[in-house]
Amino acid sequence: MIGNTPFAVCMVLVLLGLWALLFRRNLIKIVIGIKLIENGVNLYLVATGYVRGGIVPIYTYAPPDATMVLPTPQALTLTSIVIGLATTALMLAFVVVIHRHKKTLDGCKVTELSG
Amino acid sequence: MNLAAHAPILAIVVPLLGAFALPLWAKLHKLLRDLWLVLVAAGTAALTVLVAVQVYTAGIQVYTLGAAWPRDAVAPGGFPIRIVLAVDALSAFMGLIAALVAVVGFVYAWRYLAEDEGKTLALTLGTLLWAGMLGMAFTGDLFNLFVFFEVTSIAACGLIGYRTWSSRGPEAAFKTMVMYTVGGLFVLLAIALLYGEYGALNLAHLARLIQGTTVDRIALGLLLGGLLMKAGAVPLHMWAPDAYGEAPAQAVILLVANTQISLYALFRVLFTLYGGLADPAIGWLVVALGTLTLLVAALMAVVQMDLGRLVAFGAVSQIGYMLLGVGVGLTVIAARPAYGLVAIQGGIFHMLNDAVAIGLLFLAVGAVEKAAGNRNLGNLGGLGHDLKWTAGFFLLGSLALAGIPPLNGFASKLMIYQSSFLLSPILSALAILASILLLAVFVKAFQGAFLGPKLSRPEPVPVPMLVAMGVLALGILALGLFPNLVVRYLVMPAADALWKGRDLYLRAVLGR
Repeated sequence: MIGNTPFAVCMVLVLLGLWALLFRRNLIKIVIGIKLIENGVNLYLVATGYVRGGIVPIYTYAPPDATMVLPTPQALTLTSIVIGLATTALMLAFVVVIHRHKKTLDGCKVTELSG
Repeated sequence: MNLAAHAPILAIVVPLLGAFALPLWAKLHKLLRDLWLVLVAAGTAALTVLVAVQVYTAGIQVYTLGAAWPRDAVAPGGFPIRIVLAVDALSAFMGLIAALVAVVGFVYAWRYLAEDEGKTLALTLGTLLWAGMLGMAFTGDLFNLFVFFEVTSIAACGLIGYRTWSSRGPEAAFKTMVMYTVGGLFVLLAIALLYGEYGALNLAHLARLIQGTTVDRIALGLLLGGLLMKAGAVPLHMWAPDAYGEAPAQAVILLVANTQISLYALFRVLFTLYGGLADPAIGWLVVALGTLTLLVAALMAVVQMDLGRLVAFGAVSQIGYMLLGVGVGLTVIAARPAYGLVAIQGGIFHMLNDAVAIGLLFLAVGAVEKAAGNRNLGNLGGLGHDLKWTAGFFLLGSLALAGIPPLNGFASKLMIYQSSFLLSPILSALAILASILLLAVFVKAFQGAFLGPKLSRPEPVPVPMLVAMGVLALGILALGLFPNLVVRYLVMPAADALWKGRDLYLRAVLGR
């Protein structure tokens, strides 16, 4: 019995990511924090679709009376991973540009805009 | 093909595919690119208007992707599983705002953006942002709300940060991207929670099933947080002044429309998804956030010396008025429907007024920056001698935003003041105080930039930019002189769609 353990682990990942976001100043580490949150949420989505003893949801390969895991959360997760790739690439691109101008990744030193 | 039945999806597909074709046309010739953009923009605007006319005359439009017939949202199992678009009066209203802002922005961008400074890129991203906004407004299920939320995030941050030769744009874009992405992940986590509990993603289907358990409340909190981050409400507003200050002017007005679309999504969640629960505590929370937003942003605007950031804080404070109006409506509508409806109408009418007035201000700031070369109020002065039209437009926009009587801001703010006074006089006093502060701020800005002795010789403002500003100025006058007509034919159906129209919405999608 694993019960709710997967959900708890996902929430721990999300909280770790939030912690990195709030208390790290290095821009790359902020991006890593966001990725941690994202992976936590994605794992959570996959975990909601898990059916005990279920098999891969492909009709042609399944035996007639098989229980299958839910395919919808997997489709959602796939979409979410693709979106995550785009956002991460864009964020890292901005980090590269900022580093090129300022020669540092310290979030406190690069800030020009405030107030 | 029946164009009328397919209009909702075409309104999203045309700008989406049109945007990606834009750089290809630009490779051939810049003129071809401009012609293509005119075609795509005209097509999208026409389709949005077509959808709106259908919705306002015939009722809610449902479109199901991949079904035998677009109206068949419900699968044989008895519940909707496909991607469903559901356009009611409020969605159509938001679509119209997006179309107005996008078309005006493109007219302005024609001469505002320089060809060697990524004009093709900016036009492509602007069209993509438009497609994402229409998607958020028209979608009928939660997961596509998240997908289009991220489409607008990526396009918006690209627009803020594409000018990589300075460091300020990318810095603002990085901050904005962090906020948008975290907001998007909150929304996704909420969707996952709701899916895990009810096994449904369709808004209407979920709205029928929702029980108000603890998990539902956590999901509501996450949705509130995520969507408010994107709407730029205090205390999650820190990205907004940076982004509005650093993005090119035609992109800023799209960003403002984008914050309003996020508010629309929030209202959809509060009224349609959680409308059956009717908990006044949620209404009070929205009221508190709205009051905080309008007050803090107006106070922050007072100390700004950069014209762009000053107007940006004005834009953030307007989000507070919309939240206040709709929050008051949410709080009292169950007990006193008449007052609640006026409050919601005020909040929704203010969206249109804000898009027009703040749009005019941002475009005027862009014209000042292009003409004088900087935006610092300490260095500007006497621009009114040469830029007469721009000075007039800036004055008109600031008076409208501060809510001076014959102009449009007054019409919607009066509805908000009246209804919030009935909830608590303190709320309307604070709202009026913020308006007075904004008036003082804009008078200071106008005096500093346009009045006084002539300091330099500014470049003349190109005619297309003046035309774009003129359209918004006419909008301010028209909305201010005939508010009754607009409220009766556009705003009232949109406000009704939120509260009275909830059952109609559920029935239109689920068929029972």
